[in-house]
Amino acid sequence: MTTLLQVRNLKTTFLTSAGVVRAVDGVSWDVEEGETVALVGESGCGKSVSALSIMRLVAEPAGRIEGGEILYKGRDLLRLSEPEMRRVRGREIAMVFQEPMTSLNPVLTIGRQLTEGLEIHMQMSPVQARARAIELLGMVGIPDPARRLAQYPHHFSGGMRQRMMIAMALACNPSLILADEPTTALDVTIQAQILELMRDLARRLGVAMLIITHNLGVVARYADRVNVMYAGRIIEQADAREIYANPRHPYTLGLLRSVPRLDEPRRARLDPIQGQPPDLTRLPPGCAFSPRCAYRVERCSEAPALESVATGHRSACWEAMRLVKQLAA
Amino acid sequence: MSEVLLEVENLVKHFPVGGGVLSRQSGVVRAVDGVSFTLRRGETLGLVGESGCGKTTTGRCILQLERPTSGRILFEGIDLAAISAAELRAVRRRVQVIFQDPYSSLNPRMTIGQILAEPLQVHGIVRERTARQGRVEELLVQVGLAPQHARRYPHQLSGGQRQRVGIARALAMEPALIVCDEPVSALDVSIQAQIINLLEDLQRRLGLTYLFIAHDLSVVRHISDRVAVMYLGKIVEITDRTALYEEPRHPYTRALLSAVPIPDPAVEETRERTVLRGEVPSALNPPPGCVFHPRCPIAVARCSAEVPALREIRPTHWSACHLA
Repeated sequence: MTTLLQVRNLKTTFLTSAGVVRAVDGVSWDVEEGETVALVGESGCGKSVSALSIMRLVAEPAGRIEGGEILYKGRDLLRLSEPEMRRVRGREIAMVFQEPMTSLNPVLTIGRQLTEGLEIHMQMSPVQARARAIELLGMVGIPDPARRLAQYPHHFSGGMRQRMMIAMALACNPSLILADEPTTALDVTIQAQILELMRDLARRLGVAMLIITHNLGVVARYADRVNVMYAGRIIEQADAREIYANPRHPYTLGLLRSVPRLDEPRRARLDPIQGQPPDLTRLPPGCAFSPRCAYRVERCSEAPALESVATGHRSACWEAMRLVKQLAA
Repeated sequence: MSEVLLEVENLVKHFPVGGGVLSRQSGVVRAVDGVSFTLRRGETLGLVGESGCGKTTTGRCILQLERPTSGRILFEGIDLAAISAAELRAVRRRVQVIFQDPYSSLNPRMTIGQILAEPLQVHGIVRERTARQGRVEELLVQVGLAPQHARRYPHQLSGGQRQRVGIARALAMEPALIVCDEPVSALDVSIQAQIINLLEDLQRRLGLTYLFIAHDLSVVRHISDRVAVMYLGKIVEITDRTALYEEPRHPYTRALLSAVPIPDPAVEETRERTVLRGEVPSALNPPPGCVFHPRCPIAVARCSAEVPALREIRPTHWSACHLA
């Protein structure tokens, strides 16, 4: 497999009234062709800002990509001119957002929203674009696609709008789709439909996917590799099976232990992570998770680097090895 | 078994559509369409279902925030629809609510202390000022916050802390029943477990009864003694926790359970899933017969013609399916 996207030491900051916030603070990860990678974490951990940085859609002037490289097929996206970048967005890398209600244009027909990109990126004629739009809607399971083209987003239910978003993302045959919480706003039965659809289409068309989510179940079912983020940094990264079987960071372990599971006997009591989510304007020195960590040692006032703990498995924790022992005990 | 605290009998809530100054009423949304259940003192009943199934409207009818179209709600044996406004005020104290969104349910211009003291004053529970401050501090400690939090404003707290304030506000009234409407779904995963543990501790300590409305089936299993599953305004299955999760008898319950991904790739790899076809139909025009039949994987001819009654298929296990 070849590497499609390499994010190297990416840093994105926001200027707020409380000072400079390092939303993404030197993260590195990559996506191979055709695979599905997850960015997992809680609100404010920097997972969405990572995706927006790749698309260079971070809202300026408050937001700024301070440094790093985003190598897509070997080209650094951060060095492209704006017109060059426009040819990447939608054409090479497409995005599916959480809120299908707000990310579709309410005053344009479904058909126009699909054909616009096709005409611009693929230089299709209106007739060709319309035929392709019908094909796309059919592909994402919208019944009676030809009639649907003339309708507006408000005629669609939440699930249908998300199907429409997927159709738009697939329109120009991108190599990579960034899906930011693609099913969080949807009901469980619809969530299952949409995720199965995305996986089937990605496999069939050979598209790589970055799934951004806080849902550990979704990651377990759909991701090949996982990056766990906390306070702007990646604190653990590994294959999906490995990270769930042998978590080597106290935060990952804490997340996995805190959720009740339907396939296990009911526990008398849940095992939460103590404390509050980090305030990015007032991070402690060293490891940002240390104030909540049950494995904290003196050394945690120094930031641990993301280091290899097993083949293809990296953790940013001084006590990663102790964690393993305690699990076995 | 302990006494019945709340009894909901054949609750119906229809919302008219149209019918404003300029238009004629064009139909009704059958948000809640004949719901019955009982809640015993000290127990937790989970109410699950997807958006639009009527679970929140059911909660709002119990809270008397909506006037039911028909049906009865008996709290400690008193029919809430049949009493005077003054009597209702007294009952309201004993039935409290915790909302989903701790961001929008706290007044941003009031300190946490003021938010908690106001109902104590209005209801004349603690009349004296310093005693009220003392009670506020006691409430804060009870929900795991510190007395100093009384001087803060909602925006200075995290989501989990704000939800703790929401819980403290409900406790201020010394309620018997708390309607918890999606109390953890807006919170981060690492905080959800903290709040669930807190709700369980408080229940044990104060003998509270919960109606726990949620869409997350794993959380509902953890906290509930009994669970009711709603679909399009109706209860389709209701029984105790173990029976519902281990031997679900309604195809909708089975589909819901199967749709929840398990946080373990090793389990997911071999797991068979039933993904339901289609979407929830409109409550404006529900399908004839069993409301679930258009999406049901096992529907037969009878299902589109005849409404299945919610029947006791074995002791304490009720299901509204012809084939259960």
